[in-house]
Amino acid sequence: MQVNRRQFFKLCAGGMAGSTIAALGFMPEKALADVRNYKLLRATETRNTCPYCSVGCGILMYSLGDGAKNAKSEIFHIEGDPDHPVNRGALCPKGAGLVDFIHSPNRLKHPEVREAGSNEWKRISWEEAFERIARHMKADRDANFVEKNADGVTVNRWLTTGFLAASASSNEAGWLTHKFTRSLGMLAVDNQARV
Amino acid sequence: MSLQSQDILRRSASPTQPPIAREHKVEVAKLIDVTTCIGCKACQVACSEWNDLRDEVGENVGVYDNPADLTAQSWTVMRYSEVEENGKLEWLIRKDGCMHCAEPGCLKACPSPGAIIQYANGIVDFQSEHCIGCGYCISGCPFNVPRINAKDNKAYKCTLCSDRVTVGQEPACVKTCPTGAIRFGSKDDMKAYAADRVEELKTRGYAQAGLYDPEGVGGTHVMYVLHHADRPQLYHGLPEKPAISPVVRLWKGFLKPLATVGLAASVLFGFFHYIGVGPNRADETDHEEDKA
Amino acid sequence: MTNHWVDIKNANLIVVMGGNAAEAHPVGFRWAIEAKTRNKAKLIVIDPRFTRTASVADFYAPIRTGTDITLLSGVIRYLLETGKYNKEYTLAYTNAALLVNPDFAFEDGLFSGYNAEKRSYDKSTWSYQLDEQGFAKRDDTLADPRCVINLLKAHVARYTPEMVETICGTPKAAFQKICEYIAETGAADKTTSFLYALGWTQHSIGAQNIRTMAMIQLLLGNMGMAGGGVNALRGHSNIQGLTDIGLLSTSLPGYLTMPSEKEPTLEAYLSKYTAKPLADGQMNYWQNYPKFFVSLMKAMWGDKATADNGWGYDLLPKWDKGYDVLQYFEMMHAGKVNGYFCQGFNPVASFPNKNKVVASLSRLKYLVIMDPLATETSTFWKNHGEQNDVSTADIKTEVFRLPTTCFAEEDGAIVNSGRWLQWHWKGADAPGEALTDPEILAGIFLKLKAMYAKEGGKFPDAIQSLSWSYLDPHEPKPEELSKELNGRALADLPDPKNPGQFLAKKGEQLPGFAALQDDGSTASGCWIFAGSWTQAGNQMARRDNSDPSGLGNTPGWSWAWPANRRILYNRASCRPDGTPWDKARTLIKWNGEKWVGIDVPDFKADEPPGSPMGPFIMQTEGLGRLFALDKMAEGPFPEHYEPFETPLGTNPLHPKVISNPAARLFKTDKEQLGGHEAFPYAATTYRLTEHFHYWTKHARLNAIMQPEQFVEIGEELAAEKGIVHGDTVKVSSKRGYIKAKAVVTKRIKALNVNGKKVHHVGIPIHWGFEGVAKKGFIANTLTPFVGDANTQTPEFKSFLVNVEKA
Repeated sequence: MQVNRRQFFKLCAGGMAGSTIAALGFMPEKALADVRNYKLLRATETRNTCPYCSVGCGILMYSLGDGAKNAKSEIFHIEGDPDHPVNRGALCPKGAGLVDFIHSPNRLKHPEVREAGSNEWKRISWEEAFERIARHMKADRDANFVEKNADGVTVNRWLTTGFLAASASSNEAGWLTHKFTRSLGMLAVDNQARV
Repeated sequence: MSLQSQDILRRSASPTQPPIAREHKVEVAKLIDVTTCIGCKACQVACSEWNDLRDEVGENVGVYDNPADLTAQSWTVMRYSEVEENGKLEWLIRKDGCMHCAEPGCLKACPSPGAIIQYANGIVDFQSEHCIGCGYCISGCPFNVPRINAKDNKAYKCTLCSDRVTVGQEPACVKTCPTGAIRFGSKDDMKAYAADRVEELKTRGYAQAGLYDPEGVGGTHVMYVLHHADRPQLYHGLPEKPAISPVVRLWKGFLKPLATVGLAASVLFGFFHYIGVGPNRADETDHEEDKA
Repeated sequence: MTNHWVDIKNANLIVVMGGNAAEAHPVGFRWAIEAKTRNKAKLIVIDPRFTRTASVADFYAPIRTGTDITLLSGVIRYLLETGKYNKEYTLAYTNAALLVNPDFAFEDGLFSGYNAEKRSYDKSTWSYQLDEQGFAKRDDTLADPRCVINLLKAHVARYTPEMVETICGTPKAAFQKICEYIAETGAADKTTSFLYALGWTQHSIGAQNIRTMAMIQLLLGNMGMAGGGVNALRGHSNIQGLTDIGLLSTSLPGYLTMPSEKEPTLEAYLSKYTAKPLADGQMNYWQNYPKFFVSLMKAMWGDKATADNGWGYDLLPKWDKGYDVLQYFEMMHAGKVNGYFCQGFNPVASFPNKNKVVASLSRLKYLVIMDPLATETSTFWKNHGEQNDVSTADIKTEVFRLPTTCFAEEDGAIVNSGRWLQWHWKGADAPGEALTDPEILAGIFLKLKAMYAKEGGKFPDAIQSLSWSYLDPHEPKPEELSKELNGRALADLPDPKNPGQFLAKKGEQLPGFAALQDDGSTASGCWIFAGSWTQAGNQMARRDNSDPSGLGNTPGWSWAWPANRRILYNRASCRPDGTPWDKARTLIKWNGEKWVGIDVPDFKADEPPGSPMGPFIMQTEGLGRLFALDKMAEGPFPEHYEPFETPLGTNPLHPKVISNPAARLFKTDKEQLGGHEAFPYAATTYRLTEHFHYWTKHARLNAIMQPEQFVEIGEELAAEKGIVHGDTVKVSSKRGYIKAKAVVTKRIKALNVNGKKVHHVGIPIHWGFEGVAKKGFIANTLTPFVGDANTQTPEFKSFLVNVEKA
């Protein structure tokens, strides 16, 4: 008697009956066990560094697509980089869960503004955001910039706007932040190292 | 990824023995060194991440344990026990999950053919499509590990990352373990490593340090190094002498042959209901005792 | 870290104090476990709580929060009294033998020169006795009572085991055991590694906590040794790098100081910071300050920086005082600030006294948020009931929220605690319209620049002069910025040692900071990063993980500042005669001509053993400082001062000087300090291993692991208050309250301190009113707005609360 998988399940539909039937020798011919398919086979692997603490663990990010132009990358799995001298493949509970950080429902997607006194966000374009922010800055800077102090010493400082720099942004972003803030005369510049 | 039948050691509710020509297969094991575990839960996260599981965001019930118990979406959880003896406090933290017994009580209790498989490398794996959700695996498990998913009425538990191990990779929890408290390799290598650890622990004053590889279930493919191997119950009620429930033994030894000659299903059903519910109650009682 | 993560495995003793490495840095902590299992090391933990680090320790001792200086000074006393320290090292490599100014004194809690009105010191007596050449006098017999080590002995004499028990609540027997563990590593071939983090920094005496430990490391001869060093486990992935780049109020890249208005000219500035040696024959590396500064100016202003305009000196702002975040939020609170940018930073959650922070932000005209996530700061104006009870309509702040990429969506380098610059690669596009930080900064900057060009305005010179020579000005690329940080030659640089050869040809990337010039012929954004992107390419992307010595030094993996050196001060790993203190951990050795080894020597390469040059080449006297001269705000020796909110209400050492006399305290914040009568319990905030600050509450997997806000209290206090585990409790300080679940535990015990029982309340910080975890209160609602006297890092770790069943 030939029984394919589907028929076999039908035969076993009673659940309990299955054991009996099977025991009597009604086994499908291909009664193999399946393990779950290995999910990384041709995924694109990209090397990165965990953005949380300062151990700086190496991570491998796996994304959909093999790099073909028509495929949209989406990172679906992250694990430790076994080559990395510090973590040697390990990740802590934060690092091991990074994929949920990347895909957090609370990721911001569009520039927005909350107008004075309003109780909601309004989506705006990048152009509008840059224009309005620059306009605020210029107005404040022009009104409050200090070129000389009381003793007549050139100080060229702007104290009424400050900048709180990140803790996980790259050196490169940090360097541009430095150039940006200091060229404007800002002194209220700090980063997470302060706290 | 299909596994050829020759890689299978046992199959639930299937009295005919699978082919066993590939007897040279390496027996694998996961060793959990409780004495270097920091209870960080990286293994919990990596397990859920790899297996695409997301449990509910629960609540805090006054302890660090979260999720509070194993579920169909949480295949491993850390169990924290504050133990104070002779003025010395110890915070014993044990990673709980499937032990991958050599004599798997779940498999023996399972009435659905092929729903539980034991591979030649020692991994005990559930085949969800064959699972009928009866819950007998839970009753059969001396460690109270499998859990039924209410959404699809199927039982779930740790697979020892059979998908990774099949392609030559270590399980996700092993790889991620920050302190190297979870190790993976051949069972022989893991026992040898455990012996080194036990020796080292004895030099630090843990005279009763030892390996947990209980005989009652034929040994396990997930083993623990314990500081107090003489008292496994300190570790959130890890059973001292786990064994397959006598009821399951009865079913295996006496009733199952009857089933093979076609005993009426209705009779069996009542019987299964008994063993399905009975041991569960017993387990709850056990837990109460542990807490006391 | 002077050393690095893997190097921890070489230690013989690991002391975790002022930190909780297993929970906050679990993967780094693997090397502490490795030291235990492979190197037979002992691990001891000293903490108010029995943490997950303590769960794998050989020995645990409790301590009252905020009293670490007392315990560590007690250890120094023990080492000096028993003589169990590395005397040869101490004499040769520290300032133990140097003579201190005869007018320097310490009396009744205060050092010489205190000005009570200004709450600061005139530090002129905190100095050495100098000879005719201006060099510090020394007495190698140590007979002179003014020798640093003799003054130190006298200073720590008060820190007896009894005093340690009185102040810290650490039982005398436990303290004795700690001393013995540490003293064992005074042997030349043994080392201790202290793993500390914010548990030491976040105090009004934070910097001195660390200093006291560093002094122990000097006495033990552990600085420069594999398995030793001073190892700050930094909190975030790139605060090391962003600090290296000088993103602090009065800093410039590479630990240069931003000019102040007291240095009106370039000459005045350079003469102040170009170090003059305090001993003969020293390397005195800061003598190169002008090279670093001029190269930075060339990177900032390009051709606009010329010798004639002092390399653009006037284009930099000059400070009158530091505008650290506490200072700035105080100004904001007083209505003196109009605009604020928060780039990947969530001050509503991260700064002390959350209600003050929210009130301050409410007084801004505009707030710009750049972040990948919806932070509490971005929605501070929304009413979230008890958790954020604001009147939205009354808040007139215009808030712009700009979505940024996260790590996975960009290329670039970040610097880990071990000073490794590691390059990373983009794996996917960001969601929606998110842009990188450089793109956003460019977008705003180019708008402003155009506005100033068209409309004029205040001092457009610096804006128009800023070097911005990126291929696409709207999208400066990481590679371009990184090369700028390394620096390049602006002219051919002849090699002074090899006529006819060049250090670099015009336009080439510089090989390292030794090539930097003070004549405008080199540009480098951050001198300590010079060598990271050379003509040979991106050194930060290197991936050779081989470890030839077995000491874990992997010199071919990424790139470490400075000069790819993995262990700082490594000259001190050898005796003055050049032989290593411990052969098994040889880092460098003298080969007859120069220093060679598995690490880049931290010394003049051809300076032979036996020369007077000290191993601490950045110091003017070449020595490690047991006496800090004028470098610290509250004294050249550490002294115990109580937290600003002390459960004792006094200081058992000197009741007239209770808390740090040099710490800044604003009037309104002083009024918001609570007393021990109304708020009897010592509280401390901290992180849990399942979460990273306020980020992972947005990640489902982590929210599952610790879903809901809780506080930890000991069983004894819980019983007193009728609280059982799982109850909701209200925890309040003078500044506000939070409600959370109670975790009742054996792991926090009441301590007997100065004759009274002190309970601790533990407050994990990770929840807020945004995220996928259960909504919670901002823990920093409770914390006080007062900081360390040197760093202004807030006292998050020691304050007072009351607890009641909610």
